[in-house]
Amino acid sequence: MKKLLHIIFCVASLGLAMSFTYKPVEKEKLTVIFDHYVGDRLLQFDSVNYKNELGQAYIVTKFKYYIGNIRLKKRNGGTVAFKDYYLINEEEEGSKKIVLEKLPGEEYTGIEFIIGVDSLHNCSGAQSGALDPVNGMFWTWNSGYIFLKLEGKSAASKSPGHVFEYHIGGYKQPANCIRKISLHFSKPMQAGSMKELHIKADIAEILKAKTVIDFSKYSSVTDFHNATMIADNYMNMFSITDIK
Amino acid sequence: MKRKTIIIWSLILTSLVFFGFTSVNTYFDISKEDVDLKIPKGFPKPIYKFKNNKLSPDVFVLGRELFYDPILSKDSTTSCASCHQRIAAFGHIDHALSHGINGLIGKRNVPALQNLIWKDAFMWDGGVNHLEVQPLSPITNPIEMNESIADIIVKLRHTDHYVRDFKKAFGDTLISSERILKSLAQFTGLMITANSRYDKYMNGSDTFSVVEKRGLELFRQKCAACHKEPLFTDNSYRNNGIKPDSSLKDKGRGAITGLESDDYKFKVPGLRNVEITYPYMHDGRFRNLTQVMDHYASPERFSGSVSKEMYGIGKLTAQDKKDIIAFLRTLTDKSFIYDRRFVDPSVK
Repeated sequence: MKKLLHIIFCVASLGLAMSFTYKPVEKEKLTVIFDHYVGDRLLQFDSVNYKNELGQAYIVTKFKYYIGNIRLKKRNGGTVAFKDYYLINEEEEGSKKIVLEKLPGEEYTGIEFIIGVDSLHNCSGAQSGALDPVNGMFWTWNSGYIFLKLEGKSAASKSPGHVFEYHIGGYKQPANCIRKISLHFSKPMQAGSMKELHIKADIAEILKAKTVIDFSKYSSVTDFHNATMIADNYMNMFSITDIK
Repeated sequence: MKRKTIIIWSLILTSLVFFGFTSVNTYFDISKEDVDLKIPKGFPKPIYKFKNNKLSPDVFVLGRELFYDPILSKDSTTSCASCHQRIAAFGHIDHALSHGINGLIGKRNVPALQNLIWKDAFMWDGGVNHLEVQPLSPITNPIEMNESIADIIVKLRHTDHYVRDFKKAFGDTLISSERILKSLAQFTGLMITANSRYDKYMNGSDTFSVVEKRGLELFRQKCAACHKEPLFTDNSYRNNGIKPDSSLKDKGRGAITGLESDDYKFKVPGLRNVEITYPYMHDGRFRNLTQVMDHYASPERFSGSVSKEMYGIGKLTAQDKKDIIAFLRTLTDKSFIYDRRFVDPSVK
């Protein structure tokens, strides 16, 4: 009996000890900051005239998009996943900072995320937070989230008021506009020692990365027509500019 | 003696008042049992299972309040019930095309609201993918209620009884789109019709006349390929050969999927309560069931890429048409139409 108790005690303490040693420390935080640019200039609404690849001048009046399924890639394989969605909105400074919490204290080599909302969350009914339809990023006549809104004005646009409007979404084939982004760090980074990750989102790329967008031809893309053309552009708009 | 009479009289009066009030209250009160989800015998498993939206009397009552309240429209003139009338199985009797605020006329016939938890998609084109987000479509449509969910939230927050009702339903006074939509889903999701004469005939508690029996036989041969029992729809989209109305420019399913092969296809509607949901078709072009029969029995009139099942109908004699219509009338469910749970509470 005594022997048995002794064994139980040993096994129990071993288990306890292991749980202490093997449990990864999940206390680190990483703030991901999205900096909005047009080319090499920080984005400014309304006042600044930019030029696209065709030399058409334009201003920007709205820029927001969904980010989700964020994963940090571990150096020794595997990823750490975060389940929340974020609506990044140029007009709301706070929305451009995402805090990833409970990060295991390991080394990381890159970040992955999607721009858009995955099909499960497009079919889940009434939702709150970033996915609340009150945010104006939900199509009511053809259910689904608008993944990205880019609006502005250009004299080249033939729409009333010379506006251009790109409302891009769609989770179903053949107009699936969800795009996976994978960005690599220049060197592996230790959780804790990296506090801030700056990601540049460049509107100029949305207008040129794969297909050069002519405002006179495409002043409005607001449903599945031509949506994937813009999506193939916006998937190239992100790059890492700084880690500290 | 006098004292005794007073006591008796006051007892009588009190009981009158008491029973008077309770009878009014019990009529509109919703009990736990009232929101118990009962799947009718022979029905498949529902698609909407009230997951993350647990049925509760207070949430259902809030949904009913919202459904009947024109506050959900821009100028507070049009409620969900303005177009979805209970006496028409929540369709719109005698209106071919929906009527919105400011006297605007929509481009489609108001569909009945019934057995919604068995639908995989909503609207004639199936554009809405979930029961909970369905109300957003008519609410935001400029020719229907023309309102934004953000404005509705502001209006509700400024209405005392809603602040109380949301607290009662959800435990705190937060008024959010999620709560609005989920309470509406509880109210509309429980609109289940499965107690028609057809159902009673099927379970052996009622009989059919010779004409009705023959109608059912014909229906099964000629209509059931698309209008599949027991819901009387297979939830598919089909072109049934009615000529597109050029003034409506309505491509139906094609406008949702972007596929040319889906142009002019519309959802096969369930036929329960079809007798009282006139007029018929997505644009309400047929005033009565005889016109519907005449169309289906005239393949030479079909237009466009018609669903192949349509050619399986063939000719129908005048008697065939009468018999099928007699059968269709057995799908009317009075206990659904007069279900007190769905009555407008403001009539009390």
